Amino acid sequence: MRMGFFPGCSLEGSAREYAESLRAIAPLLEWELEELPDWNCCGATAAHCLNHTLGLALPARILALAESAGLEELLVPCSACYNRLAATRQELQQNVELRPKISQVIEMELAGRTNVVHVINALTRAANNGLATKLKEPFRHKVACYYGCYLTRPLSTASCKRAEDPQEMDDVMRAIGAEPIDWAFKVECCGAGLSVTRVDLVAELSGRIIDDAVQRGAEAIIVACPMCHSNLDLRRGAIQRNRRRRYSIPVLYVTQAVGLALGLDRQALGVHRHFVPVRLPEVSCAARAALTREDVVHGEREL
Amino acid sequence: MPSFEPRIIAFVCNWCTYAGADLTGTSRIKYAPNVRIVRLPCTGRIDFMVLLQALGQGADGVMVSGCHPGDCHYTSGNYHARRRWILFRRLLDFLGVDVRRTCFSWVSAAEGAKWAEVVNEFVASVRVLGPHDDFPKRLGNCGNEWLLAADKANSVGPLAAPAMSVAASDARKTMRGVHSQSVQVEP
Amino acid sequence: MARIGVFVCHCGENIASTVDTAEVVCASAQIPGVVLSIDYKYMCSDPGQNLIREAIGDRHLTGVVVAACSPRMHEPTFRRACADAGLNPYRCEMANIREHCSWVHDKSSDATAKAVDLVRMRVEKVKRNCSLFPIKVPVTKSALVIGGGIAGIQASLDIANAGHKVILVERDPSIGGHMAQLSETFPTLDCSQCILTPRMVEVAQNPNITLYTYSEVESLTGFIGNFKVRIRKRARGVDEKLCTGCGVCTQKCTSRKIPSEFNTGLGHRNAMYVPFPQAVPNKPVIDRSRCTYYLKGKCKLCEKICPAKAVRLDQEDQIVEADVGAVVVATGYDVKGADFFPEYGYGKFPDVITGLQFERLASASGPTLGKIKRPSDGKTPETVVFIACAGSRDPAKGIAYCSKICCMYTAKHAMLYRHKVHEGKAYVFYMDIRAGGKMYEEFVRRAIEEDEVRYVRGRVSRVYERNGILVVNGVDTLLGARPLEIEADLVVLASAMVAQKDAESLAQKLRISYDRDRFLSEAHPKLRPVEMNTAGIFVAGACQAPKDIPETVAQASGAASKVIGLFSRDELSREPVVARVGRNAAPLFSSCMGCFLCESACPYQAIEREEIRSRDGSLLKTVARVNEGVCQGCGTCVALCRSKSIDLDGFSHEQVFAELLAV
Repeated sequence: MRMGFFPGCSLEGSAREYAESLRAIAPLLEWELEELPDWNCCGATAAHCLNHTLGLALPARILALAESAGLEELLVPCSACYNRLAATRQELQQNVELRPKISQVIEMELAGRTNVVHVINALTRAANNGLATKLKEPFRHKVACYYGCYLTRPLSTASCKRAEDPQEMDDVMRAIGAEPIDWAFKVECCGAGLSVTRVDLVAELSGRIIDDAVQRGAEAIIVACPMCHSNLDLRRGAIQRNRRRRYSIPVLYVTQAVGLALGLDRQALGVHRHFVPVRLPEVSCAARAALTREDVVHGEREL
Repeated sequence: MPSFEPRIIAFVCNWCTYAGADLTGTSRIKYAPNVRIVRLPCTGRIDFMVLLQALGQGADGVMVSGCHPGDCHYTSGNYHARRRWILFRRLLDFLGVDVRRTCFSWVSAAEGAKWAEVVNEFVASVRVLGPHDDFPKRLGNCGNEWLLAADKANSVGPLAAPAMSVAASDARKTMRGVHSQSVQVEP
Repeated sequence: MARIGVFVCHCGENIASTVDTAEVVCASAQIPGVVLSIDYKYMCSDPGQNLIREAIGDRHLTGVVVAACSPRMHEPTFRRACADAGLNPYRCEMANIREHCSWVHDKSSDATAKAVDLVRMRVEKVKRNCSLFPIKVPVTKSALVIGGGIAGIQASLDIANAGHKVILVERDPSIGGHMAQLSETFPTLDCSQCILTPRMVEVAQNPNITLYTYSEVESLTGFIGNFKVRIRKRARGVDEKLCTGCGVCTQKCTSRKIPSEFNTGLGHRNAMYVPFPQAVPNKPVIDRSRCTYYLKGKCKLCEKICPAKAVRLDQEDQIVEADVGAVVVATGYDVKGADFFPEYGYGKFPDVITGLQFERLASASGPTLGKIKRPSDGKTPETVVFIACAGSRDPAKGIAYCSKICCMYTAKHAMLYRHKVHEGKAYVFYMDIRAGGKMYEEFVRRAIEEDEVRYVRGRVSRVYERNGILVVNGVDTLLGARPLEIEADLVVLASAMVAQKDAESLAQKLRISYDRDRFLSEAHPKLRPVEMNTAGIFVAGACQAPKDIPETVAQASGAASKVIGLFSRDELSREPVVARVGRNAAPLFSSCMGCFLCESACPYQAIEREEIRSRDGSLLKTVARVNEGVCQGCGTCVALCRSKSIDLDGFSHEQVFAELLAV
């Protein structure tokens, strides 16, 4: 299926492996990704906080680019980009007076025809369309799916429903053979942009998230957002100092987990780029349940 | 020539606007004396013909005023009135009547001051528009023969001559019936 | 020929100082049809009224116009004077030359001209006024009360004790409603069932009350004084006349472990059950959706062991029809379930319960015999967190209103918990404390000061579970918005009070109005709290709006008094300002085309369909007919009628046009 692809700024930089893994699994899922030419930053949180018009114009240009390329759908991996694009599309649909003004600013026509799709929703679609048949190595591990904030807000455009207990990512993980756990911190704040200014707060907030996942027996945390990944993975050092203990639980992008299940090479999926080494138990859940505690190789290692 | 004073007919509902106008009186708030109020139980009772008749016989302005939406004493009469009013204005416009000569308002029983305001504003704007001569001339008698016939049947006796502008009443005397000979419309 | 008398009042100086009353008198005398035109200083006084009375007699007047104050002031006065003199009161109208003229204009020729116009308009209308006579509607002196909670019970007893017959219909197997589920009531901490059950027994024993439980209203037709109700008596499976209430069948029933509705899901019942020991009537009911016999055709143990041979497994629903004159709707409320709150666990955590569930825990006849125990493991909770305003006052959750009773019952719950678990810690997270009733504020202070309940002003953002305990994340706003994390064993949500799930369909069935929260809408929020816009139907209790027991009882007695007032006469007398569909002689019969636009526009359902038949019975046409017992005289139908077949007595086409033409 032909889909427009808007990587967004972070996928060019700190979330490079998200882009790598997404491009790697795309052909296997029959996604024909067409990256938008000359795409611009969506504005993220900065633009819409400072200037309403700018906050709308930046995403509007992206939507206009997709539309002029005749794309029906635009795949967006980053949750913040998705949020801005979906919100802009909705606001321009509802507020007819804004359209000519924004059109003038971006110097392009925009009718709002292109549908914005988050990677999670595209994966849900794939899961409902025979993903199970393509699995080479089912991802038989206990996982904690972490949604963070952008995936469930605002309710009208959110890619995941059930704001306090979303299940979309959990369902995708189930479709690839994983066992998502029920845990208390799936939508709790990780500290977000404070990662730059107040690392101590991020250490506290993200630390609680990691702690709950580990205590409930998760072997990996699955995310669908570069910010979430960054705070849970890149800031692991700060988290460990804050909590005075080591946590070796790896953080994987949902596309990487799907890629592993589809039998793709770890290098191709960018798994080696994480700060926390991705070491998953070789033994499957069911078999592991039969083993004793000492047999399980799930100790804590020096980083 | 004496300065033109418009003649306004207001159709109001008993429970809200009539009471509101009473309150204006009790509060001794002064307003223009151009309005003649026709009391009805509810604005829902008002139909097109009554309003057309008012304009047709030379009223310079017509007002309809009732309870605020949601407050109608009879629950929904004012909603019907509002819907009719929207159609009525379009009809009037089609007929060539200046819709600025009509005024639709919500005045509650507690809004004595508002009634005075609404009247004063409307009278002032109609005064600027001038006398309403052309429509009555074109419309002629908009069908009050039925009333005369009914009166005769009920032995009611002759109708009193109204105090409308002479031009309008002259026009009525010369034109009988809506479907009579073609009418010369003054430019 | 019309003979109209015009009486111009000076009203002291109120009219005379601004309007030239002599001029008005002269001008009025010129109006064709006016045979008398006089003025007087105070028309409303006795001598003034006498002038009118004498004139009616001497001059054989056929109509009277009093040019004076507003008709809203003195129309009844002058109409009574006319009636005394033998003139039909509806042939008397008033021209408002005070509030609408002398008081709002300066002394000028304009003011006088306006007064002259106003009088002339009214004279032309009165010339076409007809004699109207009050409409009499017969009244059936029997009341229907829908709902057997405390509201329905109180209303039924009041009406029955006044000597009238009452039919009380209750959907559940027993009357009692939510009050029967409560443990103790605020502010006295009276045992709820102890004060309720005597009334329930009174209802059962009152000879004027016919009680239908496990029954629902199927349909209600008719109008005030003349309703027809169809009641569906659902099949209990038991012959109530033979059943002695011994209870053997309910004990031996083989289909068990069904969540009990009375115990809010915290306890169990069998398929054959009595909802609670003090049920009235104390006769069991078979839940056919869970009974082995109805599902699989086996068992029938109850039939075999019943000593009175009262079990009737083949019993069917019965329809009962009755004539009633008034209806009291007392269908009560429902409580929003704990699974409504995603932030408190989406119903995942068994130890997060609603206030009503806590009542059952605290109740001596409840599933834990009055001991406060955690639903998950049965242990006694050492820390209980009560969350007030769970759902209420929250537009984002769709409930913008305040549920009124929660502040009080939360304080009560916290007190009961502390009384039962002396070492326990109770926290209440609140936004405001609403304790407006008698002794209510003192009650809440007692909870705080004597029973050491810790009140924290702040909301709870989240409840989650960790190692078997519940972690409550809240905030203390009085200590500078300090975040608070409490490890609780039990969390009680003061869930919003909402309308019953089928409130909307019942309201539509009865054709009464309801608001966006599906509470029933009273006729006027301030001055008519127990009547509905539909004449003859009254409302009592929480179905109208959240309220506590004292208010419910007061409202129920209020509704009952309206019913008793209605029944105090054999006939209802109504103002004759009603609509009327014109009828002609054959072969037209009526210019009504039968489009029934009027029927759908009437806010009171006062338009009926009438079939006009020829002598041999064949249908000629169906026309509209106004039920003068229900019509309120708004005239909306009159304006809508395309053929102008319907008219309004008192404001007819002729009258309005004549008034208009006279301007």
